[in-house]
Amino acid sequence: MTKPNSLLRGICDSATLALACVVFLSGCGKSGTQSSSGGGSEKKTTVANIGSDTMVNIAAAWAEAYGAVDKTVLIEVNGGGSGVGIKGLINGTAEIANSSRHIEDKERAELKEKRQLDAKEFIVGIDALSIYVHKDNPLNEITMEQLGEIYRSDGKITKWTELGVSSIPGGKGDEIIRVSRQNNSGTYEYFKEVVVGKRNEFKLGSLDMNGSKDVVELVGKTPNAIGYSGMGYANPSVKTIKVAKKKGDPYVAPSIATTQDKSYPIARPMFVYTAGEPAPHLKKYIDWTLSEEGQKLLLSTGYVPVPKK
Amino acid sequence: MAPPTAPRPARSAFALVGERVVESLVYLCGISAIVFVFGIFFFVFKEGAPMLGKLNFAEFFLSKEWIPTSSVQPKYGIGALIVGTLSVTFLAMFIAVPFGLGAAVFVSEFCSGKVKETLKIVIELLAAIPSVVWGFIGLSVMNRVIIGLFDVPVGVNLLNAALLLALMSVPIMVSIGEDALKAVPDSYREAGIALGATRWQLVYRVLLPAAKNGLLAAVLLGVGRAIGETMAVLMATGHSINIPQSIFDPVRTLTATIAAELGETSQGSNHYQVLFLIGVVLFSITFVVNFLADLAVKGVKKQ
Repeated sequence: MTKPNSLLRGICDSATLALACVVFLSGCGKSGTQSSSGGGSEKKTTVANIGSDTMVNIAAAWAEAYGAVDKTVLIEVNGGGSGVGIKGLINGTAEIANSSRHIEDKERAELKEKRQLDAKEFIVGIDALSIYVHKDNPLNEITMEQLGEIYRSDGKITKWTELGVSSIPGGKGDEIIRVSRQNNSGTYEYFKEVVVGKRNEFKLGSLDMNGSKDVVELVGKTPNAIGYSGMGYANPSVKTIKVAKKKGDPYVAPSIATTQDKSYPIARPMFVYTAGEPAPHLKKYIDWTLSEEGQKLLLSTGYVPVPKK
Repeated sequence: MAPPTAPRPARSAFALVGERVVESLVYLCGISAIVFVFGIFFFVFKEGAPMLGKLNFAEFFLSKEWIPTSSVQPKYGIGALIVGTLSVTFLAMFIAVPFGLGAAVFVSEFCSGKVKETLKIVIELLAAIPSVVWGFIGLSVMNRVIIGLFDVPVGVNLLNAALLLALMSVPIMVSIGEDALKAVPDSYREAGIALGATRWQLVYRVLLPAAKNGLLAAVLLGVGRAIGETMAVLMATGHSINIPQSIFDPVRTLTATIAAELGETSQGSNHYQVLFLIGVVLFSITFVVNFLADLAVKGVKKQ
């Protein structure tokens, strides 16, 4: 009785093992091949759109909406950073590069040398950051230098009295609570660039929120807080304060108008680059992003439209 | 003398094979847990491994300077994050263990019928609330309450997160703890009562020692929940790189750091690899906790 028993057990064991292997392997194979099949019956031109993480949300929103406008083109959006996008342009792996900074001369030359093409630049939108404080905070205006002193690692301002605010209704103590963003967001990068300084670091110990909305939420619930976030995130629990480039300059409130005429200091253009003159289907797409429909979408995602010529 | 083995009723070969197949499947299911754990550890470690050679370990563990995206000189110090994780967990357990075990004792020994059923349902409901919702409560409700009650400038801090984690781990402690107490044989209770023990004496002289292992398991599951929790601590700790001096200081945890930063790092970069190493550190912490628990349970058993 025992012998056939153990034999059977051996067979069964190896059989289940083999079965498990097959299941496992087939599972592995599937994930690799699935992505290549397209949805529709018609042939689609795929456009690789790579670059800035700041712009990845709006680029994705545009790409999705564009699917309804031009059914023959599929825009595939990827982040990675402005540099990655431009690198893709140089290597020919990207047709459209999103960038939240100007292309560097070096990159321009590299593109010329490798592909004999000139980089073509389009401004598709503007990114403006508001400075928020709690709605009961009496502070109304601030200079860029003061902001730097608050956020920079060697900055000296840590108390509200140093900004001329003697008491905040509902606030406890004098400490400035700095609200910032997680260190890989485009907003964080940009704020670092213009306020903290490229060669400097943020002061450690700020409250680093994981989203633009969280920043405003926290500032609205914390009387001692100051924070920065996209202009579109303002709500009644916070106050947007005016910013001056330096002491003596006029204080400017962020708005679509002040962003478009460049008087508001914490705003930057968002670029799209192509290698050489864009092909007709790319041109059509870029023109569409600049159309009323595209710019409306931009506004609804919290960015500022490009001023009309 | 053993009686001669009676001939077993003959079974069809089909039934025999079927039984073996099921047996092996069950065996496979059991083994799979081990495979999964090692698989996860392996893949997490593999992603982080290239960074091992580039890191200064003393700095990695002890420095509190976490500036991974710096363009000048990136710094990868997780000292403050480890302290943050441990302090949040300890404070949460400090709050949750008395409440959790107390509730377990109450539910299992002191109340009956309708009260018991209602309590159990409500406690289980507490476990069903998603952690994002807890985080949101921490960020928008408790923040203001703590600022108002304790006269501190910021309400998203160690205490806020610990309170949320305590609330999140209490349901686990209650249900496991109650099971452990229920598993104590009734004869123990009867013997205690027969000796004239009061209800309270019965609980802490008889039931608690008898259910020690189960209660310890309940506490440790709570600890696991607290260490591994991500979303709530991301929103309620203040997410600030800081070694806390008091329970009202904002902190940052290892899990929240991974959650906040992994999404947008480019794959294969130093920052990406360091985040995976943080995963390995977390894994090791949990491993040590479980290992100690195992030792503790064995020690308890010996007595």
